[in-house]
Amino acid sequence: MALARRSSNLLKPLSTASSSSSFLNRRPFSTDDSTTITIETSVPFTGHNCEPPSRSVDTTPKELMNFFTDMALMRRMEIAADSLYKSKLIRGFCHLYDGQEAVSIGMEAAITKKDCIITAYRDHCIFLGRGGTLLESFSELMGRQAGCSRGKGGSMHFYKKDACFFGGHGIVGAQVPLGCGLAFAQKYRKEDHVTFAMYGDGAANQGQLFEALNMAALWDLPAILVCENNHYGMGTAEWRAAKSPSYYKRGDYVPGLKVDGMDAFAVKQACKFAKEHALKNGPIILEMDTYRYHGHSMSDPGSTYRTRDEISGVRQERDPIERIRKLILAHDLATEKELKDIEKLARKEVDEAIAKAKESPMPDDPELFTNVYRKGFGVESFGTDRKEVRATLP
Amino acid sequence: MATNLKRFKEFGSIFINHTNLLRRFSSSSAVLSSVDAQLQPPTTGTGKSINLYTAINQALQIALDSDPRSYIFGEDVGFGGVFRCTTGLAEQFGKHRVFNTPLCEQGIVGFGIGLAAMGNRAIAEIQFADYIFPAFDQIVNEAAKFRYRSGNEFNCGGLTIRAPYGAVGHGGHYHSQSPEAFFCHVPGIKVVIPRSPKQAKGLLLSSIREPNPVVFFEPKWLYRLAVEEVPEGDYTLPLSEAEVIREGSDITLVGWGAQLSIMEQACIDAEKDGISCELIDLKTLIPWDKETVEASVRKTGRLLISHEAPVTGGFGAEISASIVERCFLRLEAPVARVCGLDTPFPLVFEPFYMPTKNKILDAIKDTVNY
Ligand SMILES: Cc1ncc(C[n+]2csc(CCOP(=O)(O)OP(=O)(O)O)c2C)c(N)n1
Ligand SMILES: [Mg+2]
Repeated sequence: MALARRSSNLLKPLSTASSSSSFLNRRPFSTDDSTTITIETSVPFTGHNCEPPSRSVDTTPKELMNFFTDMALMRRMEIAADSLYKSKLIRGFCHLYDGQEAVSIGMEAAITKKDCIITAYRDHCIFLGRGGTLLESFSELMGRQAGCSRGKGGSMHFYKKDACFFGGHGIVGAQVPLGCGLAFAQKYRKEDHVTFAMYGDGAANQGQLFEALNMAALWDLPAILVCENNHYGMGTAEWRAAKSPSYYKRGDYVPGLKVDGMDAFAVKQACKFAKEHALKNGPIILEMDTYRYHGHSMSDPGSTYRTRDEISGVRQERDPIERIRKLILAHDLATEKELKDIEKLARKEVDEAIAKAKESPMPDDPELFTNVYRKGFGVESFGTDRKEVRATLP
Repeated sequence: MATNLKRFKEFGSIFINHTNLLRRFSSSSAVLSSVDAQLQPPTTGTGKSINLYTAINQALQIALDSDPRSYIFGEDVGFGGVFRCTTGLAEQFGKHRVFNTPLCEQGIVGFGIGLAAMGNRAIAEIQFADYIFPAFDQIVNEAAKFRYRSGNEFNCGGLTIRAPYGAVGHGGHYHSQSPEAFFCHVPGIKVVIPRSPKQAKGLLLSSIREPNPVVFFEPKWLYRLAVEEVPEGDYTLPLSEAEVIREGSDITLVGWGAQLSIMEQACIDAEKDGISCELIDLKTLIPWDKETVEASVRKTGRLLISHEAPVTGGFGAEISASIVERCFLRLEAPVARVCGLDTPFPLVFEPFYMPTKNKILDAIKDTVNY
């Protein structure tokens, strides 16, 4: 079956998956958090119209432990969101990020909170990566006042202005031209900041993507187009929807880089490279080869258009958290038990955040009418049942 | 492929499992059975009780079967589509006639216009009405004006664009909208919205065979919820003909699609208070059947329009203006509109946003006691 034939490609980078032999410098355990450790990415980068960066990435024990802790927290958050959805505490549409954590983590390690990020609806972990809290996340998911969008956005619409996270967008592909606008503003302000505009492999086929690419290239914008290629757009495998699923080459005149998106260090290296490139030469595409473990959204079991073997194969061979776990153990930075404890702590933090979020009230009724326009520019509307409530307008 | 079908069955379930008291749909209601015997579809074959998505599926099957130049395409339609409407069609008619497109609505509609311009029946599916906007330009500037600007040399009359619209209880901002009014501002296309399975099948077949491009919005709330007897064979229902689905003498209510079942509940409650309501299903929004509405308002002297889309600039405004022009001296109260609020479609406030039965009932009383 064609599907099976194609899907075996997904496992490709695993041949060089992190085994301790692939580390360049194997260092003995050190209590110094800032010792430099050099590791090699899982697979080489593939460049399009550009010379790819080196596979050797510098890190520190501290960074390795942070990667592990942060990804464990993200993973736990998404699994908890799954059960909250099933118990109907989360309504609306909910798209989970588990499997793709390394993209957010690696990207954040290479950039600052003054660089902008804009993404689609699969946004919970991007928000967390930008410094958002679990309480804000769960509150938003459950439509509570303590949510990052004050309960009015829900799963698909997380934002964090103070960290330049321009948020979650519902219309596939629509956020990418917006990203060009952000990048133009950055360039105009002569700041050394860039914008990461993220989209999926399905979104890559929208006309807007090409419009955005052209504008970005024409005006040398510091825009980095990050294609999170998880190989499916809903139930459609990439090759069913794209004549060329080499998304990093799709920009033609715009350079591109293919990255193992399951390897946080490869992502970090690529984002660092891309930022430097974008500030000097304009846009670049990063294709992150990644995988979502969950179905597309909560109504998709995610196991009918791809084989269970494919999913478990990726989990076993390419899991972004396991990769970091192995690195930590190989460098004797922590024991297995200590890592287990970190995961337990993540679980506890998540449970506490959920409990707290549940205490946060739903938005007040008049909030239905706020933020349609700027305060004071609203229009009059009726309340619930005209007889009972007339909303006070802002 | 069977596994894919199963997946999408699950997929659709999100919209249907939700039980919302505001939206009970009774299959014995007038919404499902026409009072005007003439508008009953001919009974060709024995009618089975089926739901709305199955009725759509039957219409599509008949369209493909009866015209070898008909094609169905859209995101995931080859697998049956998110709402199961195209289940089994790719298997039956082949992947060259029922096929998946990439995720590119503007391309989908533009492609459909070209296909139709070559004399084919192009049946495009937009996964949700909320995602029709990337294709808005193609519909407004290409499809609607092709015949006019080519002096009738070209047209894309064979184009039908299907899209599920409306609230489902918890769809949030981008799975709930009712964008029909945008398209009602565009001469050159027709806009059709069915209220029930039998209507959906007959109206969709008419739309597909109609020599003008049609935007066909399907009430996704009713895909599974609405069940009624539907003739198995091939039949069409006329476009641009409204239908009186409940007769009354005190006030005329006009609506379309899923909203009619809410309006009907309000009519039933009003009756308990001695108010006799006449309920009209507009079915085709442009060009719409002014005569049927006018005749009814001449009888009752009062008019209420209800739709889910925001009240300002909604199609209710057009109906109101036209009827005031035609029946000014006969009107005994201002025309009432019970519609969605002038806010984006909300996630947490859906019950407040919606034009519920109580809001309609309240407006009926206000209008009758004006
Ligand atoms: C314009 C538009 N069309 C269709 C949809 C419905 N839809 C939501 S997500 C999705 C698939 C997108 O896949 P991809 O870009 O690969 O992102 P992923 O979900 O894999 O992260 C589709 C078809 C939409 N939200 N917007
Ligand atoms: Mg994808």
